[in-house]
Amino acid sequence: MVVDLDDRSTNELFHALADPTRRDILVQAMRGDQSVSTLASRYPMSFAAVQKHVAVLERAGLVAKQKNGRERLVRTEIETIRLAARLLDEIEEMWRHRLDRFGDVLAETDEGETT
Amino acid sequence: MTVTNVEKDAERLTMRITAEFDAPIGRVWQMWEDPRLLERWWGPPTYPATVTDHDLTPGGRVAYHMTGPDGGTYPGWWKVLVVENPRLLEFEDGFSDSDGNPAPDMPTTRTIVTLTEQPDGRTSMVIDTRFPSLDAMETLIEMGMVEGITAAIGQIDGLLATDSTA
Repeated sequence: MVVDLDDRSTNELFHALADPTRRDILVQAMRGDQSVSTLASRYPMSFAAVQKHVAVLERAGLVAKQKNGRERLVRTEIETIRLAARLLDEIEEMWRHRLDRFGDVLAETDEGETT
Repeated sequence: MTVTNVEKDAERLTMRITAEFDAPIGRVWQMWEDPRLLERWWGPPTYPATVTDHDLTPGGRVAYHMTGPDGGTYPGWWKVLVVENPRLLEFEDGFSDSDGNPAPDMPTTRTIVTLTEQPDGRTSMVIDTRFPSLDAMETLIEMGMVEGITAAIGQIDGLLATDSTA
């Protein structure tokens, strides 16, 4: 990600993230293979409105557009390894919750159980 | 907190998570072997799991679905590979199409569960997972639903908070 942000860039970043549609676009664009049209089909707004959201994200340095034939693919600007690390963190979080539930159910089955 | 150790490899797309439980190995094994227990912890409270088929034998299948707050169902399945009661369980974890049939073009996650009884009677459980691709991990996170998306936004915000002070 970008370092040494000046105030204007910081404001642009926070402005970019302040909108829930833009946050969703950012998560979707982590796949790196979504055209603006594919992204636009997810949201109940005009194609032009989605284009504007992508433009805000692009100005903030959060996404880049890549030509793929006649399409423009939107890609979140992070390296693949960092994306993988982030996804692993999320899956770890999922398993931590799951294992907490595991422990809870296990403790419940202790009552009155004969082994 | 039951989790005692986590190792992640972002290049190999593997994760090893170790948890310890204050229970003998037989009861920890039961949590996987009894479908009525499995469905109580497999899914989050917002998307609880229902296990419809459960054959924990080599070559056997487990079928389940998560039910969302809007009533939508999200099916998944295991293909059981290795079973050594009560020490070892290995399975492929995959997703289904809307008819509940395994989606053949979707890659599967390989999971190995190893249980070890400790001298003090506690049981350690190691879960080794290998993900076939980033796409599969994302699908898994989507199936984990709310928790995953909330975490993703939290991480993005957190990363920006770090950068803004750089």
